[in-house]
Amino acid sequence: MDITTLEKEKNEGIETLPSEERRKFLKMGLTVTGVFLGGTVLSLTSVKKALCGNTDSVIPADGQYPYPKHYGMVMRQNHCIDCEQCLDACRDTNHVPAEHDAWRTTIQERITTVDGTEKREFRPILCNHCNRPPCVRVCPTKATYKDQETGIVVMDYKKCIGCKTCMAACPYNARYFSHDRYAIDKCNFCLDTRLAKGEKETACAAACPADVRVFGDIKDSTSEIYRLLHEPDNKIWVIRPECGALPNVFYMNA
Amino acid sequence: MATNAITTFFNQTQDTSLATPRINRFTLFFLFIIILGLGCGVASFIIGHEKVYNYTRDVPWGLLISTYAFWAITSTGLCIYAAISHIFGGTKMAVVSNRMVWMSIICILGAFATIGVEIASPHRMLIYNIISPNPTSNIWWMGTLYGLAVGCMIVEFFGIVTGLARIAVILGTIGAVAEVLANSCLSGVFATLPSRPYWYGGQLPIYFLTAAFLSGASAIILFNQLAYKIRGQEMPQSVKDALKSAGKAMTLVLILYSVATFWRLIMYFVGGSELGRIAADALISGPLSVPFWVFEVCIGLIIPLILILLSRLQNTGMMAIAGLLILVGQFVARYNLVAGGLLVPGTLGWDNAPTYFNYVPSFFEFAVVMGSLGLVCFGFLVGERVFGKTFTQKEHH
Repeated sequence: MDITTLEKEKNEGIETLPSEERRKFLKMGLTVTGVFLGGTVLSLTSVKKALCGNTDSVIPADGQYPYPKHYGMVMRQNHCIDCEQCLDACRDTNHVPAEHDAWRTTIQERITTVDGTEKREFRPILCNHCNRPPCVRVCPTKATYKDQETGIVVMDYKKCIGCKTCMAACPYNARYFSHDRYAIDKCNFCLDTRLAKGEKETACAAACPADVRVFGDIKDSTSEIYRLLHEPDNKIWVIRPECGALPNVFYMNA
Repeated sequence: MATNAITTFFNQTQDTSLATPRINRFTLFFLFIIILGLGCGVASFIIGHEKVYNYTRDVPWGLLISTYAFWAITSTGLCIYAAISHIFGGTKMAVVSNRMVWMSIICILGAFATIGVEIASPHRMLIYNIISPNPTSNIWWMGTLYGLAVGCMIVEFFGIVTGLARIAVILGTIGAVAEVLANSCLSGVFATLPSRPYWYGGQLPIYFLTAAFLSGASAIILFNQLAYKIRGQEMPQSVKDALKSAGKAMTLVLILYSVATFWRLIMYFVGGSELGRIAADALISGPLSVPFWVFEVCIGLIIPLILILLSRLQNTGMMAIAGLLILVGQFVARYNLVAGGLLVPGTLGWDNAPTYFNYVPSFFEFAVVMGSLGLVCFGFLVGERVFGKTFTQKEHH
């Protein structure tokens, strides 16, 4: 029956509709609602358990390291006493100018009040050498890139045009414009100043008297950093995980 | 011989009615503004960017990037309307399309001049953009596509003035496509940064394209009104009809843009990232509230809409004022967008960071902006003087 024939038919109204038809219609409505409601409830069910155990999904799983070495750092945050020896060591080692805005690593501070008592926290930060680094993606000239041997995010100063897009893109404010180099500068885990010379630690990690910074190859199952990251009781977190940059600097309280 | 040929050629294109001392004085005045303004920009390389621009580690971009975006977006708008008129013909805007192409070139040159003195090492860009390109970089695509677009438009314009219609249409089409893609990549520079929730998201590219259509239509009306104003001539009916068409486009996009602005801000207050909400708050009641409410909303959206309604799309003078106000609003809107994304500290709560970083553009930054404005005004007057006859033709190619 097409629409023109239907239009000519007289409207029977709903009064004459048999109750069996009404029930059928109601059942269909309930089925549709049930399917959608069921789907919604299922989609709300947490799948976190499948992704992570006692630690957190921020830690790369075994077999997901694309570089021969995969350097990272664990910060035992509550050990930090803000002595700033790491900052001085970094400046000396990497020739970071002593200007307010220029740093490769720094210590942030936060004062919180718990039960009327002021609590002071310190948080060392530096470049997170992300697995999905926003700075590397946005650089127009590949002046910043992931070192294929170590996974460290490094700078090729001569290619930097100074557009500062990497500074805007970095979730960690880890980059600054160096007037000495006339290019963007950033932490490179002392790749050129220490690791290339056979040192096993970064300058900041070596200088820390409170053993806050644990540097190493997170791929190496015998390393201290590997142990800390995979210790079931350790609660590990990263800064700004929502940015999806997959950082390689991890935080914990020990 | 060659000089004679050039003289003959320009005799066919130039408008001698504009060879008046008054117009010459204005042209020289704008040239002076260019030298002063962009001279400040060039001097920044000698003095040091860090000493003359108020950029910091926390706020690495500011007024110059937003000014660049404003001129680039306006150029895209002009180019799109010109291409639509050239390719499809039949639209009433076709009679003014040659002027649109010229002004599109001038606006993109204004954008290039601004960003040229903003980035620290433009000479490295010329080398490494070519020998070390990064295909995942929005900035790389944006620069390359705008470069392609301006190249195409210059050849297109050459085709227009020499009567090579086929070249003009083909190059105009490629140029317009490149401009639209470049506009998209420009928005992508901001939209693909998850660290800046105020920018991050798929809506921004559409927002930028809408802004291009809005700024483009406003610029068409303003520049054509000015073109007849400086000649002291009555506007021909065909140009009036063209401006009415542009006025319709302007009104429609003004409404679309207002809707987009409303929802864009509302979204931050219903959930999502705290940093995005704080940035939106900067516009609603924070440090950017005067630029937002007074310039972006009142001067840039509400008053122009009232003027358009009062003009009933008949009074071109009133529409031109509406166009000017929209452009002012758009200029401030670009600033609000750039500053809004950067004023909020990413590590809020730590280091006793303020809720908003402090950024006020420096004298040098304002000087460069004035220089770019001088360039566009100078380009407009030179275009009218040298290619006036090409612009005022009644038929389109």
